[in-house]
Amino acid sequence: MPEVLKAPLVLEFPFTRSLGPVQSAFLTGLRERVVLGVTTTDGRTLVPPVEYDPVTADELHDLVEVAPTGTVTTWAWNHAPRRGQPLATPFAWVLVRLDGADTALLHALDAPGPDAVHTGLRVRVRWAEERTGAITDIACFEPYDGDEAHRPAGHSGEFENAVTGIVAPARLDYVYSPGRAQSAYIHALAEQRNVGERCPSCRKVYVPPRGACPTCGVATSEQVEVGPRGTVTTFCIVNIKAKNLDIEVPYVYAHIALDGADLALHGRIGGIPYDQVRMGLRVEAVWTEGGRYPDHYRPTGEPDADYDAYKELL
Amino acid sequence: MTSEEASGPRDIAVVAFAQTDVLRTTDEISEVEMLMPVLHQVLDRTGLKTADIGFTCSGSSDYLAGRAFSFTLALDGVGAWPPISESHVEMDGAWALYEAWTKLLTGDADTALVYSYGKSSPGSVRDVLTRQLDPYYVAPLWPDSVALAALQAQALIDAGDTDEPALAAIGARSRRVATLNPHAQRRGSVPQGEYVVRPLRVGDCPPVGDGAAAVILAAGERARELCSRPAWIRGVDHRIEAHALGVRDLTDSPSTRLAAEHAGAFERPVDTAELHAPFSAQEVVLRKALRLDDSVRVNLSGGALAANPMMAAGLVRIGEAAARIHRGESDRALAHATSGPCLQQNLVAVLEGDPR
Repeated sequence: MPEVLKAPLVLEFPFTRSLGPVQSAFLTGLRERVVLGVTTTDGRTLVPPVEYDPVTADELHDLVEVAPTGTVTTWAWNHAPRRGQPLATPFAWVLVRLDGADTALLHALDAPGPDAVHTGLRVRVRWAEERTGAITDIACFEPYDGDEAHRPAGHSGEFENAVTGIVAPARLDYVYSPGRAQSAYIHALAEQRNVGERCPSCRKVYVPPRGACPTCGVATSEQVEVGPRGTVTTFCIVNIKAKNLDIEVPYVYAHIALDGADLALHGRIGGIPYDQVRMGLRVEAVWTEGGRYPDHYRPTGEPDADYDAYKELL
Repeated sequence: MTSEEASGPRDIAVVAFAQTDVLRTTDEISEVEMLMPVLHQVLDRTGLKTADIGFTCSGSSDYLAGRAFSFTLALDGVGAWPPISESHVEMDGAWALYEAWTKLLTGDADTALVYSYGKSSPGSVRDVLTRQLDPYYVAPLWPDSVALAALQAQALIDAGDTDEPALAAIGARSRRVATLNPHAQRRGSVPQGEYVVRPLRVGDCPPVGDGAAAVILAAGERARELCSRPAWIRGVDHRIEAHALGVRDLTDSPSTRLAAEHAGAFERPVDTAELHAPFSAQEVVLRKALRLDDSVRVNLSGGALAANPMMAAGLVRIGEAAARIHRGESDRALAHATSGPCLQQNLVAVLEGDPR
């Protein structure tokens, strides 16, 4: 059995989200070094604030300033910080109930070691130098044994240039493996061969193979070489250029039933004007120099296939 | 109106269960290749063919695979052509079972195939799970799943509900009993290990692994035809808590208690409980919420501390509980599944065998 393929797969995207009025006030407040909570109908103050009461589902909007000092309600020592976390040096994860709040905020606490942290520890906000209106405007918390010097000023929650959205970059790293069946298919493509798998039950040949017959629900394993020629069963004309795609539009994308296959695969048609491509056109794969898969399919010059020869594969 | 409707909701049972061995990596096989053997096993146990199944429901997560609509490829394994009645939840398969159970209650189908699977090995599951957190206030800080469980463990220790040696004992017991479970990933005597995020050590955390599970449900007489001792579902309920961790009392699980009440768990004692507690401290929370005393056999499978295939581990708890009833080792069992950080979402099912 050929080696199962593996390749790095990085998912990375700037996650853009709009804010409601309460979230907007809270995050704008952090930009201005003001911490806001929201008061509930039964008189509690939620920090961080939310737009709906988690108990009653009442809509909430009454903002109230709380202190940047508070008390640790629980903690966990993180000796090996991971990518994206608030501090690159060992730190404590903490839930902090800020003075004036009834609920706790999750963040990081910068402390010399686990012996310096305990539930009940007094802490204060350490502000980030550059603040944009995000939870990371709080760089972290730090131990604080001062008196009540941080009395809130009673901010109304009204700000100029309030932030209305956040962009939260996200990145996840994977090592993708397509598994046995598709690895074998990709290996064969690199040798300019198209290899499908036959279902042991219904005898249909699937290309590309995925290791299972979708009709019978059983594993496929018998390899069958198909093509190299095939028939266009249906097609469409693409008029919009995809980003980073080095192909002139319009071009034709088609379903192609390779000879010997019971399922059409898809590919681009080249070597013929786009408006002359038709159902039944006989085509063959074209590999470019060093290519590991067909670049496109081109006409073979044979007469078109009879409709009856491919109608079951539409 | 049929006589069945006149006499109240129909009885529905788990009639077959199968699971894969849970392995640290399975990169030689795709999801559908991992899944097919358990699908064939549950079908073989009942003599059913895919075409006989009235409803199919699955659970999985695109974030584990790193690909959109990844579950559609797994459908090849159930023979989805010609078209079948099918649904999917982006959750643990225990919630897929809940959907299938309600489908059978409506009378629209008499049998259901429920399956779920997860391959955690392609990515870093600690990082992947951060993507289920509040995207405004929490996810940008990237607190990983172990860190959040550690906050819960410390809260329990501060409350006097447990301590580090007691937590270590939970992990050790889970892996000791798992020596009898051929599917478990981490079995036998394993050192408690270093802190991962203090106060949780390696032994307090679930192994990361790949696996799949499948269950067949059947209604009424159909269940008796398919299984000599069906595991009748007496009730299922699931509840959720506020997503903000700082709003919750992390030492308790009111959602589990509420789900258990609605599932009828407290009406009579259970003899067996399969709890989905990925972290040792969470077993402490669940035993309290579910009022389980030492007379109840808890996690004889080894539980999630011995094998925690993401998206399948909850369905495995229901399957393990049902299999004990099938084998006559239990008469009334409770199964619990969880999802989200610090037991955020909880499902409780109560299963019973016919009186003997």
